[in-house]
Amino acid sequence: MWDYSPKVMEHFLNPLNVGEIENPDAVGEVGNITCGDAMKLFLKIDADTETITDISFQTFGCASAIASSSALTEIVKGKTLAEAMELTNQDIADFLGELPEEKMHCSVMGKEALDAAVADYRGEEYEGQDHTHDDTEIVCTCFGITHGKIEQVVRENNLSTLEQVTHYTKAGGGCEGCHDHIREIIDEIRKAMAREAVISTTDANRKEDKRPLTNIQRMQLISQAIDREVRPALQKDGGDIDLVDIDGHKVYVALRGACHGCKAAGFTIKNLVETKITDFIGEPVEVTEVQS
Amino acid sequence: MIDDVVYMDNNATTRVAPEVIEAMMPYLRDYYGNPSSMYTFGGQVGAAVNKARQQVATLLGAEPDEILFTSCGTESDNTAIRSALRVRPGKRHIVTTRVEHPAVLSLGKTLEKEGYIVTYLSVDSRGWIDLDELRHALREDTAVVSIMMANNETGTILPVEEAGAIVRERGILFHVDAVQGVGKLPLDMRTSNIDLLSMSGHKIHAPKGVGALYIRRGTPFRAFLIGGHQEKSRRGGTENVSSLVGLGAACELAGQHIDDENTRVRAMRDRLEQGLLSGAPDARLNGHPLHRLPNTTNVSFEFVEGEAILLLMNQFNICASSGSACTSGSLEPSHVLRAMGVPYTAAHGSVRFSLSRYNTEDEVDFILEKLPPIITRLREISPFGRDSAERDRQWPGT
Repeated sequence: MWDYSPKVMEHFLNPLNVGEIENPDAVGEVGNITCGDAMKLFLKIDADTETITDISFQTFGCASAIASSSALTEIVKGKTLAEAMELTNQDIADFLGELPEEKMHCSVMGKEALDAAVADYRGEEYEGQDHTHDDTEIVCTCFGITHGKIEQVVRENNLSTLEQVTHYTKAGGGCEGCHDHIREIIDEIRKAMAREAVISTTDANRKEDKRPLTNIQRMQLISQAIDREVRPALQKDGGDIDLVDIDGHKVYVALRGACHGCKAAGFTIKNLVETKITDFIGEPVEVTEVQS
Repeated sequence: MIDDVVYMDNNATTRVAPEVIEAMMPYLRDYYGNPSSMYTFGGQVGAAVNKARQQVATLLGAEPDEILFTSCGTESDNTAIRSALRVRPGKRHIVTTRVEHPAVLSLGKTLEKEGYIVTYLSVDSRGWIDLDELRHALREDTAVVSIMMANNETGTILPVEEAGAIVRERGILFHVDAVQGVGKLPLDMRTSNIDLLSMSGHKIHAPKGVGALYIRRGTPFRAFLIGGHQEKSRRGGTENVSSLVGLGAACELAGQHIDDENTRVRAMRDRLEQGLLSGAPDARLNGHPLHRLPNTTNVSFEFVEGEAILLLMNQFNICASSGSACTSGSLEPSHVLRAMGVPYTAAHGSVRFSLSRYNTEDEVDFILEKLPPIITRLREISPFGRDSAERDRQWPGT
């Protein structure tokens, strides 16, 4: 059984703004019955101020889909279109206190319905977001999820794994044939995010299926591993360590303090230094002690 | 509080019968000896295990030495299929169906990764396999065929005896997952075509964590759990004595109540089913109209979603299941309903009620009173099926 927050249950049991508005100024329709959830959003908009004066929804879906729809209408009612367009799916989830991660796609559907309604009002065709040229390419054929949709949720929610993308968009939740493709897309987007300095390079590289590190990346990570993981452990026993050289996967270090000349030095090198660095960078390294 | 619960999810698990708890208590509290020990304090516990074995055998129409105790239905299924493959080395082919429980279906997927070839038989819209398709699926290197006796989601009873005749004629081992059939359908292994049959305790009012595998005398067998000499070295591990005693007691009770299941419980199920199909517009039955477990009904309510139905029923402490994507643990609706070709629109809105002898006519009335308004309420929120909803408002009862 899902662990729904009290707010989710409240908005599921007593959803607000349910139904159809007569002569709406905009309608947004997303999802379909085959996928298991679908939403239709109706807006009344004041033409002069572009303010949402009335809003209602009809939703087919589970408790969190209905609650997310209700939440969306409450959040954007009375807002201008410009204000409403700033909304992200995370705002819907936050409004509800919390959504189980597997149900985040319900909040994404709310955001999509709003985008579709605004596009309808402006006489545009709704095609999801337009970050890249291959935006409308269907990646997941089971659920009809586009490249653009995946890019949007990865960026807005800082997602890094296939599993998260499935929870947020359903992409990859059917035949699983697109899993490799989705992993590539996530990788690509996170690299772009790192270039835009939205996330750090280390974060961009932290993913399920690691690509081999470049020499520079590896050297930086090894240095970090020694500073953060190895040195504090050795200092507890009155020892210390210096990084002398790195050659590919070979790491040369010098032991200092109590470690220097210790009979267990060989053991320390293999079992502590090598293991900690390997775990930290995610690639095997060979550590050798040198005198310097 | 528990009395307020309207429990109609007995294909998921059942209430432990009070008589079963009574029978178990001495073996939890007082007689804690190890059945393998040499002294009386252990030996008398061994006698209790033997009695339980006899009780299980009696329900199945089998001999006690054909009963292997296990920890659950899943273990029985895994033991049976793995054993069949190991006694037929060189044979790499398995036949099963698309509607099996995950205990068999996931094992099939795992075996494929290990290099076996698995044929998954299709089913028709009622959930029935085609015996000709089975006949054509059998190969020279088929080691085992595994077909469920009755489907857990729809209650459809599969023609396992007819299938077994075809399979055994070819000298292939035949396993049946009877977890949902035992206790609801009369069984007699003496006249059956089944070589290996899995059952579970907690579906027949015994506790969770105990099951059994029937192994026909003369069927070659390899142990799954390797250990001590328990179960004649066919399953290592100290016996879960109290649960085995509970399983034995539950089997004896099941034998006494099997007529009740097929008369009184069936009548309640039929009344519930008819009431739901006529009480809510755009409702349809999933499963075989005739060959179906007496306790199970699976009804789809189009244009609404199953999880929402279950949570609204939960407000009234009504317990049931759904094959919707949101409740199936994946993003796709039930594999059983999809295999039957049930449209997604209906699969998402499916609800399964599974009764037991502890249900009452009042509970049926309660569900028939509470559920139709829930469907109406969700239809009012849904963007789909509005025309038919309007039609029903105009001409109630059509």
